[in-house]
Amino acid sequence: MKTTLSQVQLDPSGAHLDEDRPAQFSLDRRGFLQTLGAGVLITVAADGASAQRRGGGGRGPAPIAARIHLGEDGSLTVLTGKVELGQGARTEVALAAAEELRIAADQLRVILADTDLVPDDGVTAGSRTTPGTIPAVRRGAAAARDVLVELAARQWQVDASTLAVTNGAVVHGPTKRRLTYAELAGTGSLDEALGRSIPDGVELTPVAEWKVLGVSTPRANARDLVTGTHQFPSDISRPGMLYGKVLRPPSFGATLASVDLAEAQALPGVTVVRDGDFLGCVAPTAFAASAALAAVAKSATWKTVPQPSSDELWEYLREHASGGRSGDGKEVRAALSSAVKSLSAEYHTAYLQHAPMEPGVGVAEWADGRLTVWVSTRGPFPVRARLAQTFGVSADQVRVIVPDSGGGFGMKSGDDVALEAAHLAKAVGRPVRVQWTRREEFTWAHFRPAALIEVRGGLDATGALVAWDFVNTNSGGSAVDTPYRVSRKRCEYRPSNSPLRQAPYRALAATANNFARESFMDELAVAAGADPLAFRLAHLDNPRLRAVLEAAAARFDWTRLKAAAKPNVGVGLSCGTEKGSYVAACAEVAVDRERGTIDVRHVCEVFECGAILNPSNLRSQVTGCILMGLGAVLREEIRFKDGRILNPRFSQYEVARFEDVPELDIHLLNRPDLDSVGAGETPIIALAPAVGNAVFHATGVRIRSLPMEGAALRKA
Amino acid sequence: MDSQPFETFRSSVSGRSETCPELSTVVGLTVNGKEQTVTTEPQRPLLDVLREDLQLIGTKYGCGEGACGACSVLLDGEVVRSCITPASAAAGRSVTTIEGIADGDRLHPVQEAFAEHGVLQCGFCAPGMVVAAAALLRGTPRPTKAQIVEALNGNLCRCGTYPALVAAVQEAANDVGEANQR
Repeated sequence: MKTTLSQVQLDPSGAHLDEDRPAQFSLDRRGFLQTLGAGVLITVAADGASAQRRGGGGRGPAPIAARIHLGEDGSLTVLTGKVELGQGARTEVALAAAEELRIAADQLRVILADTDLVPDDGVTAGSRTTPGTIPAVRRGAAAARDVLVELAARQWQVDASTLAVTNGAVVHGPTKRRLTYAELAGTGSLDEALGRSIPDGVELTPVAEWKVLGVSTPRANARDLVTGTHQFPSDISRPGMLYGKVLRPPSFGATLASVDLAEAQALPGVTVVRDGDFLGCVAPTAFAASAALAAVAKSATWKTVPQPSSDELWEYLREHASGGRSGDGKEVRAALSSAVKSLSAEYHTAYLQHAPMEPGVGVAEWADGRLTVWVSTRGPFPVRARLAQTFGVSADQVRVIVPDSGGGFGMKSGDDVALEAAHLAKAVGRPVRVQWTRREEFTWAHFRPAALIEVRGGLDATGALVAWDFVNTNSGGSAVDTPYRVSRKRCEYRPSNSPLRQAPYRALAATANNFARESFMDELAVAAGADPLAFRLAHLDNPRLRAVLEAAAARFDWTRLKAAAKPNVGVGLSCGTEKGSYVAACAEVAVDRERGTIDVRHVCEVFECGAILNPSNLRSQVTGCILMGLGAVLREEIRFKDGRILNPRFSQYEVARFEDVPELDIHLLNRPDLDSVGAGETPIIALAPAVGNAVFHATGVRIRSLPMEGAALRKA
Repeated sequence: MDSQPFETFRSSVSGRSETCPELSTVVGLTVNGKEQTVTTEPQRPLLDVLREDLQLIGTKYGCGEGACGACSVLLDGEVVRSCITPASAAAGRSVTTIEGIADGDRLHPVQEAFAEHGVLQCGFCAPGMVVAAAALLRGTPRPTKAQIVEALNGNLCRCGTYPALVAAVQEAANDVGEANQR
């Protein structure tokens, strides 16, 4: 029997899955067709080649970026492995498919990150959704459109080129005949129509003809978000679900020496689960689980090991750096020593917590030997693989579902909390939710790597940059190269032995590398007696980078503001490129030398990422990057000692608040002639150096360390 | 009191007990206009009672120390942080959660403004923001930008929607004002 979507039985409890997600639990791969209904499934390879097959299961040789299901009832569904963490992936996928299918975005549904249904499109990271997944979705949707046109052409006995597609229907202009997708899909000819391959060069809608893409589109589920009915991973509840808490060591590297479980085990409704070093408590409420865990923790003794502290971080990273410097070091040294002026400096950026609003959470349920986990993660398939490996089951026996989640910013790996929930659920034979506290998240999750950056530069007699030596220790190689013209350069990254567990942050190491490079360019401009804008432009060939820098300077009225010196008020600028997009920022600050604080009054940022897909969402992402960057510039810093985080709370780790928001002038430079690239990361990299350069302009004090507020600014 | 200054959140400590649960007690309270009776440890956070016992999942856990505002609810009309409010403190009182902000199917003007203007990114902070903003507008129908910032400053958003939220509250205030004039 063929099952259409509307006939899929909803979970009896009704309240456990997203409305737009097929609400059928314990679905295996064979259930795929039953869930989506009869129809045609088009799979789109990530590498640009298109392939299609009927039915679910199996994988082509190339990674599959998306599946598009065309139901016999005319329903349209897009399935990708990407996750929605607030960056707007769900809407972007919908817009891309709708554009090529010539329908409104709300006429199709998007299924993300359910490993039973979606293809493995890799981890949601590196701004890859826009340049990777979106073109694949567009190709698949365009291919589906072509199939429908072909069907109509055959039915009417006309040439396909005489047909047009509008509003979800194929139209024959001369005879004013019209067939909707539903009518075409219902003819039963889909299979036959797909008997031949879809050409790789399927025609995509040119930017100039976009009707859906390129138009500001808010979240489809905005109403659910503002009424509190959207189910985040933290909100998933299963029948009979219990709450779990896991015992944490008091410090990094500590191991359990002894523990007495009797008191906790005696508590009503509490189950204590111990499996080697893993120890957790399960109870009917989170409060009872916490109380049981507290009883366990009280009795525990630990063997601790020495751990470095943040006070000695820079020497520690330097000492533990691996690999010597490489490349043309000799030539750079020679160029530096023959330079008329040479400078050297060391820049630092602190460990940060990504601090998404929703801390790590996982809900696990075992049924008939099959494990389902709802978890907030950027990598549903890696989590599935780790769960399968840990519990000795095949990957097909594990289903990972990622409901649209409360932020990530690079940190949400999700595997720890998924494993903990699955472990406890297996032990107690009931579904279990493990919700990390903010303190747990600020201790046991990952951190944005700290950076130690040593940079040297040389100028010739004309003030031109002739030597550049830039080494990032520990934080990474993103944007480590310089976009400026210089005859001799060495730009490299040396890993170190990080005392904290690290994970990518927005734009990865580009936040640190751009801060150091753009601050040091300012130092060189001063040494050359040049205006920072003119100095940059004199060394900048890339037209896209020049364009954003010149636009930002013009909008900000750089030349006038730079000349208008006021006590403790200053302006700074910076630019940068990463992941194929370009950004420049100008900032005005007022510095309070007594209190060691910076009031960032005004930020003008120009950003260019090719053709803009969803302007309002892009603006939100740029704004978000500036404000996330602002906290990191001013105050955010994870401090640690003896294996403990000293400030594992929002009251001690101060992210940007409403009162910190400067006047913002954000300009999105649209380039319809260029491919769209991701935008959730690069806009963050220009803020820190622009503010630092403004602080220098205001006070003559060069701050070479993030965060900037505090003692350095006071006593300097 | 529409909002507590952040300084008080900063110094407050978690309401979560570090000891064994005390004996359960019966707490009667009104939630979104409906009388409820829950059996709970008196020190258990109101947040947990709402989410776990009453399945009102719109109120979020964000920090457990009253420093982020994700768990904001109204207690007898005043904004409180439900993660540091013991269940016993709600006994005999009236709680309004995000689920009780709309008038049936008719969204509160703040909700309308948040939903319509592309304000939202991840949306996890939205319920707390809506509760705080709705409380502000009830006491101060025509707030200045500074008053909005002051009222919402204890609510964190990590996606950086602050400017859009301020604009949306201003617009909602206009809607409320017009409705009052009609």
